[in-house]
Amino acid sequence: MTEVARIPLKPAPDPDPVVRLKGFSRSFGETKVLTDLDLSIAPGEFVALLGRSGSGKTTLLRTLAGLDDRAGQDVVVPPSRATVFQDARLLPWKKVWQNVALGLAKGAPRHHAEQALREVGLAHRLDAWPLTLSGGEAQRAALARALVRKPDLLLLDEPFAALDALTRIKMHALVLALWRAHRPAVLLVTHDVDEAMALADRILVLDKGQIAAEERIGAARGQRATVVRALRGRLLRHLGLDTEDGVYADLIARSPTGEA
Amino acid sequence: MTTGRLRIARRLVGARWLSPVLLLLGWEFGSRIGLIPAQTLAAPSSVLATMAEMIRSGELPTNLLVSFWRAAIGLAIGATLGVALGLTAGLSRQGDTVIDPLVQIKRTIPVVALSPLFIVWFGIGETPKIALIAFATIFPIYLNLYQGIRGVDVRLIDAAKSFGLSRAEIIWNVVLPGALPSLLVGFRYSLSIAVIMLVIAEQINASSGLGFLINNARDFMRTDIIVVCLMVYAILGLGGDLLVRSIEKRALAWRPTLVEA
Repeated sequence: MTEVARIPLKPAPDPDPVVRLKGFSRSFGETKVLTDLDLSIAPGEFVALLGRSGSGKTTLLRTLAGLDDRAGQDVVVPPSRATVFQDARLLPWKKVWQNVALGLAKGAPRHHAEQALREVGLAHRLDAWPLTLSGGEAQRAALARALVRKPDLLLLDEPFAALDALTRIKMHALVLALWRAHRPAVLLVTHDVDEAMALADRILVLDKGQIAAEERIGAARGQRATVVRALRGRLLRHLGLDTEDGVYADLIARSPTGEA
Repeated sequence: MTTGRLRIARRLVGARWLSPVLLLLGWEFGSRIGLIPAQTLAAPSSVLATMAEMIRSGELPTNLLVSFWRAAIGLAIGATLGVALGLTAGLSRQGDTVIDPLVQIKRTIPVVALSPLFIVWFGIGETPKIALIAFATIFPIYLNLYQGIRGVDVRLIDAAKSFGLSRAEIIWNVVLPGALPSLLVGFRYSLSIAVIMLVIAEQINASSGLGFLINNARDFMRTDIIVVCLMVYAILGLGGDLLVRSIEKRALAWRPTLVEA
């Protein structure tokens, strides 16, 4: 139990974070999506962001990806960053390797793209058209396109949500392997508590536009079985689901009031 | 033996070429027995003979070439203008504000109705013919390209933006390829409109071209020549269609229907 340390809501000051948001707010018309949000991510840190639908996850991710206007706000993000979306978003009119090369500077040689594709196990689909790829293959290509940029910040927007369960397991392993090899800071947006606990160093729960909870997992990956039992329950309660501690296989049978 | 005959009969019923051939045979037969007088409609055999004769004398090739150039030049001008206007209106807000209302107003006037004005402006030489074809072919290309640009998947644009692509790079890599299928649809419409406008334009006092041949033939009640010219118009349209198809096959090779084929 001591392996999970409760951290105060303000993140520990890191001397040189890759991402830093201070008092960040964003609203669309009258609706406030994010209010006074503080966030910092250390270099090489793997952070998971949990939250219900409408909690502001996507808005936060778009801000970090540079897709939304952040003028006049205190936001620091690294210039080299890459995003993998839930749908792979490969350009259908460019072959797989050309899509990966799109992440690189103009005129980058093909072998850079090839190497990235080999790393994600897609060496045999270099010249395929994206629309002929399976969901898992497309997501691997999207990962290659992100990693080929050697980003300091890798943003993952529910990248496994549309995959079947078996493919998802393989992709989890792949993402961990790639993260270990390249060590970008990662922000993984997900609905899946188990996914977050398996992959991340630190888990944030976003609710009503603010970070409602933060859990740092001290235990190393591979030795988390004991930690996870209690953590899972806590995270789900933060997400508004009334549940006991334990593992899914036992709990789902016990709780008849599982609300979506 | 009966099963063999049945199989042949069944294959004949299933063949799509059967009904056109039957129609031709009936037409030929009707002409031979005098049911269809030559002034009404020449027999297929005499149409073919006339065609061979017109090709041999050079009458058909020369006039076909004249018509072909009218259509080609008109289409080239119209397509260039259509693409330029479509790009301007599709890619810039100011361009949209200026161009789109004008195009929408123009859409209410049939181009054919403008031919008297064109004659007043350009006389009865080559210019009004080419101008008419050019003007008419602008709009299918403009409208489809505009729609295509506006309809490009925003999620792909977001993805490209997240990789730090500049606006020009996004237009080149995402917007234009995404709009290409629509542009080709517009081009296909423009091709068939070019042929239609060619027919109409050549009714304006032409001294050469397919329309000239048809007008002359009409005065002498030579239905065989008229039918030959109609066939040539059909071949022009068919050729245009083949052209677009071959462009599509190359340019849109990434589309799954074509990938599987």
